[in-house]
Amino acid sequence: MKKNILYILPLLAVLLGACKKNIVERNEVFPALAPTNIDLNADTWTPILTASSTFTVATPDAITSPNYIADLNEIKSYQKNLTSEQKDIIKYWSAGAVLRWNEILRELVAKHNLPPYQKEDGTYPFPSAANPLAYPLFPFSNPPYAARAYAYVSAAQYDALVQAWKFKKQFNRAAPYKNDPAVQALIPKSDLPSYPSEDAVVAGVTVKMMELLFPGDLDFIQEKVAEEKLYRLMVGANTRSDLDAGESLGKQVAAVFLTRARADKAGAAIGTQTDWTAFETTATAKGEAPWLSLEAPKRPPMLPLFGNVTPFLFPATTVAALRPPPPYSTNSAEFRKECEEVLAMSQDKSREHERIVSFWADGAGTVTPPGHWNTIAAEEFVKQNYSEVRWARNLALLNMAEMDAAIVCWDTKYFYFNPRPTQIIMNIKTLTGIPNFPSYTSGHSNFSAAAATVLTYLLPDRGTKFTDMANEAAMSRLYGAIHYRSDCDMGLLTGAKVGQYAVERAKIDGAGN
Amino acid sequence: MKYFTKYIVRYYVGLLACLLLTQTVSAQTENDALMIPKNYFCAAGVYTHNSWDNYWEGTLKRTNLNMGTVSSNVYAVGGNYGLSNRINLLFMIPYVNTNASAGTLRGESGVQDINLAFKWLAVRQEVGRGLLSLHAIASGAIPVGKYEADFLPLAIGMQTKSIALKALLNYQVGRFFVAGSGQYIRKDNVTIDRDSYYTTEMHYTNQVAMPNATNFLFSTGYRSLKFNAEATLTKVTSLSGFDISKNNMPFLSNRMNATMAGAIFKYSFQSIAGLEFTAGGNYVVAGRNVGQSTSLFGGMYYVFAVKKDKSNK
Repeated sequence: MKKNILYILPLLAVLLGACKKNIVERNEVFPALAPTNIDLNADTWTPILTASSTFTVATPDAITSPNYIADLNEIKSYQKNLTSEQKDIIKYWSAGAVLRWNEILRELVAKHNLPPYQKEDGTYPFPSAANPLAYPLFPFSNPPYAARAYAYVSAAQYDALVQAWKFKKQFNRAAPYKNDPAVQALIPKSDLPSYPSEDAVVAGVTVKMMELLFPGDLDFIQEKVAEEKLYRLMVGANTRSDLDAGESLGKQVAAVFLTRARADKAGAAIGTQTDWTAFETTATAKGEAPWLSLEAPKRPPMLPLFGNVTPFLFPATTVAALRPPPPYSTNSAEFRKECEEVLAMSQDKSREHERIVSFWADGAGTVTPPGHWNTIAAEEFVKQNYSEVRWARNLALLNMAEMDAAIVCWDTKYFYFNPRPTQIIMNIKTLTGIPNFPSYTSGHSNFSAAAATVLTYLLPDRGTKFTDMANEAAMSRLYGAIHYRSDCDMGLLTGAKVGQYAVERAKIDGAGN
Repeated sequence: MKYFTKYIVRYYVGLLACLLLTQTVSAQTENDALMIPKNYFCAAGVYTHNSWDNYWEGTLKRTNLNMGTVSSNVYAVGGNYGLSNRINLLFMIPYVNTNASAGTLRGESGVQDINLAFKWLAVRQEVGRGLLSLHAIASGAIPVGKYEADFLPLAIGMQTKSIALKALLNYQVGRFFVAGSGQYIRKDNVTIDRDSYYTTEMHYTNQVAMPNATNFLFSTGYRSLKFNAEATLTKVTSLSGFDISKNNMPFLSNRMNATMAGAIFKYSFQSIAGLEFTAGGNYVVAGRNVGQSTSLFGGMYYVFAVKKDKSNK
């Protein structure tokens, strides 16, 4: 009996030791934000929409006033006894407001990026913004929806921070930890005036934008707002009056962006049966095989009128000018040759292809390709120690490029209404799900090239890193057997052109590189 | 010792492919109270076919017109070696392929995980008119192939290392037996190709924490030297994990539960000593985040002495 136990024990020890469970996620170890440059001149940077807008922020109480002293006492009362839960909140939010709200937005996109399930009669229901919690939940944050959401939130945050910087300089009230030696600084100290609070500006503008974009998740969002404000108090960086002023300013700026968003034609992007039929008729009249949904039951195409949405970086008329030339005719030898290449990819069992397809798939239930590029950008920006306003500006440039890339790509897709490879050759099996919209050009390629163009401009020392990633993302769609090579090549070219508009803007917005 | 060997039917390695949304294969060996004697080896080859149309999305039972019937074929080879009359060492390696009858997704194929088990007959004594035995079984699985696990429901496996501990109680009166077992399975994190994923919240890592699980089995039937017939009831329960959200794809760390009813038959050829044939099946009667799989298997075993065992004489 003893001998038997001797056999078993070492085996158990080895095997149990092999099962490690603790996972540290990348965004858990982001350090507290300590900007190398506080960008004090950001009040002179060119905002996106609010250059001529007027906002009001009340004149703050003097630091000798009873109100301000009461505010300081509130901070001290928190600092006297911080719970471990409160310390976790500090650790989380100290990485930066723009960063964390970008992550929260990505999380909501992933949660809502699910195509609605069909009804009994085989038709599909559409989410309703008026009733966001009824099935199907609003929104269905597919790639165009997500691209637009990232763009509005980032652009609005950027404008709100530029406006905040103006008031910060005007009122020039220092942080509580500078005004009272009894207030501890639990994050790196900053010389930036603290009234109005930049964190509260970001929270205020974001929560307002979320009322439009994710109206069914306001409980979760408000919880985050409350947490972030508490964090600013606990670390001694803001008083309650800093926060109130910031939140109010953020909401005022959001109003400008909400007015634009409600009129940018995204609400009509789903189209109607008449629109859907017209695409098919037009393609057939040109002698081309029209796109057909490969889902069962057949699903209406994803946001077919998204190409009409008002872009951020150029006039709506430029969209057609950026539209690439027609794809190979579905009757041509070149088209047939491309189909054969996709079939060969479908039959290629390369594990490396599977890895690349999976890494870039960004399909249902994920942050989408624009979201993936936000993740990539954010993890690079963390290393740069940007100020909050530069964080917002750089994400705004990225995400306006992503939204406009979506507009140009969707315009192209529905202008040509080109079929997917599997529609032409039935035995092309795919390594990932086939998106429910036309093939030409590849959305991933547009998004990736636009993002890589912006990021390479912002971070030139990264060399070809982002371009290489974009090329891999584009090829992942060919390896996955859901796109022709020309979809990817042309998508990369067009995406880079869109990205260049953001770069041109960046060159003259006053922020430097 | 003589009495003991008389009671040991010379089996075996068997397989049960309890196909959930993944193609999990577990060594059936752990599930019976049979041992092969010292210095005997049993070679096994088993084929299993699994298929399902219905699956549970969380607790909602549904079909998926874009998957149709999801099926898999499992070709497994294995062995069981009698280290002593009370300790058996077992292994098994399956090759799996998968297919969906509708939609466009490509099936996977490849060598899955090697399964190893250490089976110890801890207690064996007469109780009343019958014989009571208690086995302790330690087992583990180690992925062999580099297959893509993050491709459910068409992945051929979960790409997780696991370790399990099981206690198996068996009571036999004449040729009738009743057995029950309980198992705890601890699963290692899985590395996927993506750099982030959403469960009920975002995760920025390529590591997936896998739910541990329990497995309870009840079986009863007839057992003789020549023929075996038994009915089984198996309940696999994830101890954590999340439900597939509406119209989403399944994920590795879903809460996968299944209750299965099955039958196992075995026949020993009297003309060829040591050769046995087995067949059986399993059906998922209740589940959560798994396919309602029907599996059928058939296999051959061959038992032979590796060297003369002098200690038994």
